[in-house]
Amino acid sequence: MKNIWKKHGVLERRSIVLTVAILLVVSVGGLVEIAPLFYLESTIEKVKGVRPYTPLELAGRDIYIREGCYNCHSQMIRPLRDEVERYGHYSLAAESMYDHPFQWGSKRTGPDLARVGGKYSDDWHRDHLIDPRSVVPESVMPPYAFLSGRELETKDVQAKLAAMTKVGVPYTQDMIDNAKADLMTQADPFAPARDLKGRYGEAVLQRDFDGDPARLTEMDALIAYMQMLGTLVDFSTYEAEAPENLR
Amino acid sequence: MNHSITEPDRAPLDAVLLYVFTGLLALGAIFATAFSDDRLFRFHGYLLIGAFTLAFALLTVALSSDRLRSPQGRYADGVIRAGVIATMFWAVVGLLVGVVIAAQLAWPNLLYFPEHGWLNFGRLRPLHTSGVIFAFGGNALIATSFYVVQRTSKARLAGGVWPWFVFWGYQLFIVLAATGYLAGITQSREYAEPEWYVDLWLTVVWVAYLLVFLGTLWKRKEPHIYVANWFYLAFIVTIALLHVINNLAMPVGALHHRSYSLFAGVQDALTQWWYGHNAVGFFLTAGFLGMMYYFVPKRAERPVYSYRLSIVHFWSLIFIYIWAGPHHLHYTALPQWTQTLGMTFSIMLWMPSWGGMINGLMTLSGAWDKLRTDPVIRMMVVAIAFYGMSTFEGPLMSIRAVNSLSHYTDWTIGHVHSGALGWVGFISFGAMYCLVPWLWKKDRLYSNQLVEWHFWIATTGILLYICAMWVSGIMEGLMWREYTPQGFLANAFVETVAAKHVENVIRMVGGLMYLSGALIMSYNLWRTVRLPSPVSAAATPAPALIPAE
Repeated sequence: MKNIWKKHGVLERRSIVLTVAILLVVSVGGLVEIAPLFYLESTIEKVKGVRPYTPLELAGRDIYIREGCYNCHSQMIRPLRDEVERYGHYSLAAESMYDHPFQWGSKRTGPDLARVGGKYSDDWHRDHLIDPRSVVPESVMPPYAFLSGRELETKDVQAKLAAMTKVGVPYTQDMIDNAKADLMTQADPFAPARDLKGRYGEAVLQRDFDGDPARLTEMDALIAYMQMLGTLVDFSTYEAEAPENLR
Repeated sequence: MNHSITEPDRAPLDAVLLYVFTGLLALGAIFATAFSDDRLFRFHGYLLIGAFTLAFALLTVALSSDRLRSPQGRYADGVIRAGVIATMFWAVVGLLVGVVIAAQLAWPNLLYFPEHGWLNFGRLRPLHTSGVIFAFGGNALIATSFYVVQRTSKARLAGGVWPWFVFWGYQLFIVLAATGYLAGITQSREYAEPEWYVDLWLTVVWVAYLLVFLGTLWKRKEPHIYVANWFYLAFIVTIALLHVINNLAMPVGALHHRSYSLFAGVQDALTQWWYGHNAVGFFLTAGFLGMMYYFVPKRAERPVYSYRLSIVHFWSLIFIYIWAGPHHLHYTALPQWTQTLGMTFSIMLWMPSWGGMINGLMTLSGAWDKLRTDPVIRMMVVAIAFYGMSTFEGPLMSIRAVNSLSHYTDWTIGHVHSGALGWVGFISFGAMYCLVPWLWKKDRLYSNQLVEWHFWIATTGILLYICAMWVSGIMEGLMWREYTPQGFLANAFVETVAAKHVENVIRMVGGLMYLSGALIMSYNLWRTVRLPSPVSAAATPAPALIPAE
């Protein structure tokens, strides 16, 4: 035993040995816990319906991140009775497989938003974002009235999709080339939607989200994003107990 | 004057290197700003141009008037004095923002401005967390580590002027991060919100920090590396590793502010909380334990309680901490085996944490009477007590069944603040109260009475804060899962929000008291610096030995 304490003296006398030893010791946990998540097949369920965000939804998601919504809203429903009844089916890993970065959150100062899509009307969202207490008097949420006054910046949407493909999101070249057109189409109920829906699926919501048809605003994008949250997977056909979905 | 015999007129190499480096950075910033068509990137570009050209101009003056020499016979204390000032400045700023956002949650109608999104909770909250963790805590760590490594190595800081680069580079990182949050530049990774180019800058500063620290160890005249330095070294090295891996991202463009993280969904979540929990483990724990291992024995004038305990708890602490991240993701879509591993190691973590607490507390053996006479020692001892309490509460909350109640609630916020205000804040304040008289060569603080006031106001503030959060956290957790006898959910979500109003007000008051303590401290330290310097001890030995009271 005495020898062990003596041997520790080597670390105390050689700073490089100490540095390397620290690095080795702190690497173990991460390697064991994180690395397998990248190759274990069972980490992400196989489900139908999950697709990359449309350009308008992605722009909305960037606004959601910019405003720090994740500070107060989680997007992760736990498999607990009250949460499933309050918010809907518990969240699957597959549902955030294209989320760079993830938005699971860590705090519910406000309610979970993982399945907020389709729960409220666009009008409700707009009123609520402009003045939360006009529709929920006890709310402590900040107002986001400025979003409806701001034009949505669209010049970098193509670059954003391209960057997403570099980290593994399966946008096709077709999607990247038509990113701006798709973005405009989704916010315009009178634009022909065949190409947009051909690329992103029939279920893509196409309408004027912010109630101001004259302009494409940040409010349009944010509501478009919120209205699709948690709606991609069809849970009427999802078998949680199937062997491939058990984890 | 003839210099040829003594020292040639050549400028010191370290200063010239820094000069060239700063010049290149200024040029780079000018070009990057000129060619970017991204409004937010240009905003930071202008800031960088200002910072680098100012630094370049000042270095030009300093170099030409030959003021950048580093006499090896003396400790480099200027950069530590600057660090102490920065620590107190950012403490006040970070705590103030905390009070503001606490007040926003208590009175949302008064403190939100519909047309000014940059004042909303979502943008101010990262400003508060980064402000207190990285600006206040980081400056305290850098300043004390520079002090401790010099004294325990009996060597001047390595790198000549480069410690100053570490100091100012770190302040620039803070300003970039803070202005970025207000402008809406964020990666949304908690405690790692700054975007890719700010992350790159911090990496450069951090490598310089590591080299200065290691370089000083290489120059040491003591055979052994003192235990405080193990902790500082583990903090510096591991934070570098965590920072680099967690911030791997693909920028939208080389001159665009936005980036998308390399990982997605479940892998991204665990990487982030591997980082997030070890920002606690290595930034807020290991680093501040280093502080404890120097300042507590020094102030108590007692040796560290147990050398062997420090070895055991050092290695077990750094080994086990890194596993604990998954407890932030209980019941999520993270595979259960990972959650269980994270929980197991989190519970094990209790022991090495308390090893540190015991080693710190027992260092006072034979000096417990100082708790009565020295409020600074008392502050540090209470810090260690809070460390013990929050490192017991943490493993408790990491148990899945407990976590199902506590997660997403204010309980977590209370837990964090018992650690941050109680442990990190008080141990740093204790160290600063020690450092200011030492660094500015005064024989005492301006007023021990003011330290007493600081101590009691701040301690009461912490208790108000964490008790309010225990009540509101457990209450909302129970309300979320409450059922009526008919089997329906008993409460709408917003009812749980409304129920927390009183606790939100108490929390704000607690935070305000803690901030008031920091303001009293700043005044006390400022008056200490302004005290007349004592006549040198050699000239008047007798009076200097008479105790003050």
